[in-house]
Amino acid sequence: MLFRNGSIVVLWLASGVFSALHAATAYVSNEKDNTVTLIDTERMEVTGTIDVGQRPRGIILSHDMKTLYICASDDDTVQIYDIEQQKFVGELPSGADPEQFALHPDNRHLYISNEDDNLVTVVDVVKRDVVAQIDVGVEPEGMAVSPDGRWAVNTSETTNMVHWIDAKTHELVDNTLVDQRPRHVEFEPDSKTLWASSEIGGTVSIIDTDSKLVRHKINFSIKGIHPDRVQPVGIKLGADGRYAYVALGPANHVAVVDRKSYEVVKYILVGRRVWHMAFTPDDRYLMTTNGVSGDVTVIDLAELKPIKSIKVGRYPWGIAVRP
Amino acid sequence: MLRTLVIGCLACLMVATRAWSAGTVQVPVLYIKQQVERPPVLSNLDDIPVDEGLAGARLAIKDSNTTGRFTGQQFSLRELAFEPAADPAAIIGQLQAAEEHFVILDLPAATLEAVLQADLGRERLLFNVGAPDNRFRTELCRKDLLHTLPSRAMLTDALSQYLVKKRWSKWLLIEGPLEGDRLFADALRRSAEKFGARIVGHKVWDGARDARRTAQAEVPRLTQGVEYDVLMVADEWGDFGEYLMYRTWEPRPIAGTQGLFATAWYRTIEQWGATQLQVRFGKAAGRPMGARDYAAWAALRSISEAAIRSGSAEPAMIGTYIQSPEFELAAYKGRKLSYRPWSGQLRQPIALSAARSLVTQSPQEGFLHRVSELDTLGFDQPEVQCKRN
Repeated sequence: MLFRNGSIVVLWLASGVFSALHAATAYVSNEKDNTVTLIDTERMEVTGTIDVGQRPRGIILSHDMKTLYICASDDDTVQIYDIEQQKFVGELPSGADPEQFALHPDNRHLYISNEDDNLVTVVDVVKRDVVAQIDVGVEPEGMAVSPDGRWAVNTSETTNMVHWIDAKTHELVDNTLVDQRPRHVEFEPDSKTLWASSEIGGTVSIIDTDSKLVRHKINFSIKGIHPDRVQPVGIKLGADGRYAYVALGPANHVAVVDRKSYEVVKYILVGRRVWHMAFTPDDRYLMTTNGVSGDVTVIDLAELKPIKSIKVGRYPWGIAVRP
Repeated sequence: MLRTLVIGCLACLMVATRAWSAGTVQVPVLYIKQQVERPPVLSNLDDIPVDEGLAGARLAIKDSNTTGRFTGQQFSLRELAFEPAADPAAIIGQLQAAEEHFVILDLPAATLEAVLQADLGRERLLFNVGAPDNRFRTELCRKDLLHTLPSRAMLTDALSQYLVKKRWSKWLLIEGPLEGDRLFADALRRSAEKFGARIVGHKVWDGARDARRTAQAEVPRLTQGVEYDVLMVADEWGDFGEYLMYRTWEPRPIAGTQGLFATAWYRTIEQWGATQLQVRFGKAAGRPMGARDYAAWAALRSISEAAIRSGSAEPAMIGTYIQSPEFELAAYKGRKLSYRPWSGQLRQPIALSAARSLVTQSPQEGFLHRVSELDTLGFDQPEVQCKRN
């Protein structure tokens, strides 16, 4: 079992120590560096690096913002990092090759997709114990739990389905077929609608939670970019309810989608092969991880414009922001 | 269609999520493999796996049945194996007697041709995963024949695009004495003309010597006196090609069947989730996945994908769906794959790799096509004479 020393390689800039303590921090997992980069979201500068397990991908914060969970895919574990103590305090039995995960609103049940085993593993983060394992399709990837706590959904990339798991009984109760290679799922705050991106299909499906049927399909088209290169991955929904942001992978753009009309209102140029995104406090900025260019793009959401790119580690994948 | 399927599988899930439900529909597939006699080669480090191709089909069955559990479909594979010396008539006889509609043919070109000339008795859908020969795509094409293995032309086009883009466009061609070598060299000539490269010299390796002992003395002489950018080698079985490297008169890279080579699948491919397929295959077969394994995997996944999308178990419906514009297959290459209506060829990106590192993937940026850039590789519609109906 892996247990790396949790020391932080701190690169404090002389003047930044005190202001950094109050600013929000973005945590970026670097898939091919086995590190997590820390970014001060006020100054938009890298402030430190944490050594983590092998091939870190999914990264989320507990709802109380005290704990950071990191999927160390090649170590077959989820690492638990205590933010206040600035050290690793344990691991969760995630099952093999954990990639993405989602935390139930109860702050206790973590739903983890095990890419190599066609399973979703449910872990109790307090007992650090496996509660259930659920058979899903081939290459489970995206995970989300509905804000009302009723549904856990998983996407399987090669089966091309969204699997609906009852969060009480941990049984798979329904499936929705979507376009090729579904990557990421995100619930609307009212839990009534689910957004699901299909990377190779090039679409985002809007799925009705009650009927589990695809209600609408969003297509993307960027001038000068071949449609095959438009590959939706990460999705983020703004707190004000107005826009959804869809990362388009090797198209190197983030699409801004109106959440009422489902029309794309803008494409924002970011770094190369954009994966996932996170908002800074009050949704002022959106930060994107760009796998191939190895950086994070900062988008000013008032202007819907990219304002800065920040160099991080190799193949940045996931991102979480702690206010 | 999508909705009906979703509702349809809702019903089957009520019954069971793990076990096959009572209403499970069977989709049987037949795999016919004829082993090929490998000529004696000098470079004999790697064995040719006996389950080449088959292992890909077996994995695809497993993948498909994981999905089939949710859709009430079960995919199965019947395997028929033949020795290199087998009479094509015996293979044809087995095929005529077979119940399966979907048949994967992993046959050398001569046997495949014999099978295509025979009366197969009933309507079927055939997948060629064994013969890269261009003529099956340009002269012998037919409605019930699809190819998931890339043609030689697709491989040499993929390679040529990259070399031309690098402006390494003067080639010295060394070809082996075997039929496959000749066909590969022909494909290289065609690609050179298509993309504006030039073959400035041509030599034939006569195969009389043991290159392991004599290459150091002979290769410099063979490559002397010509001004070229890349030494192109046509040696499909890997007889002498490996021994050209580092021995040329001038310091020049080697490409073609050795050195930098074009392939549908190789162990250096890892992007677009390919690592997952590589790992899954490695666990199941105990060896790395190769181009034939990938072709067989893609054939079977095409069948299951069409069955799942069309929500049908009716073979004719599945076959129609595979060849319809709606069909798309995610197959770890960063693009959706589909079949060319004019030749039945699976259009797909082609990897250019060295032994231990991926170099690039074609089509290269900048090679444009009015419909799909993938159709810059291999034979495009206007170049194909035969009719598939």
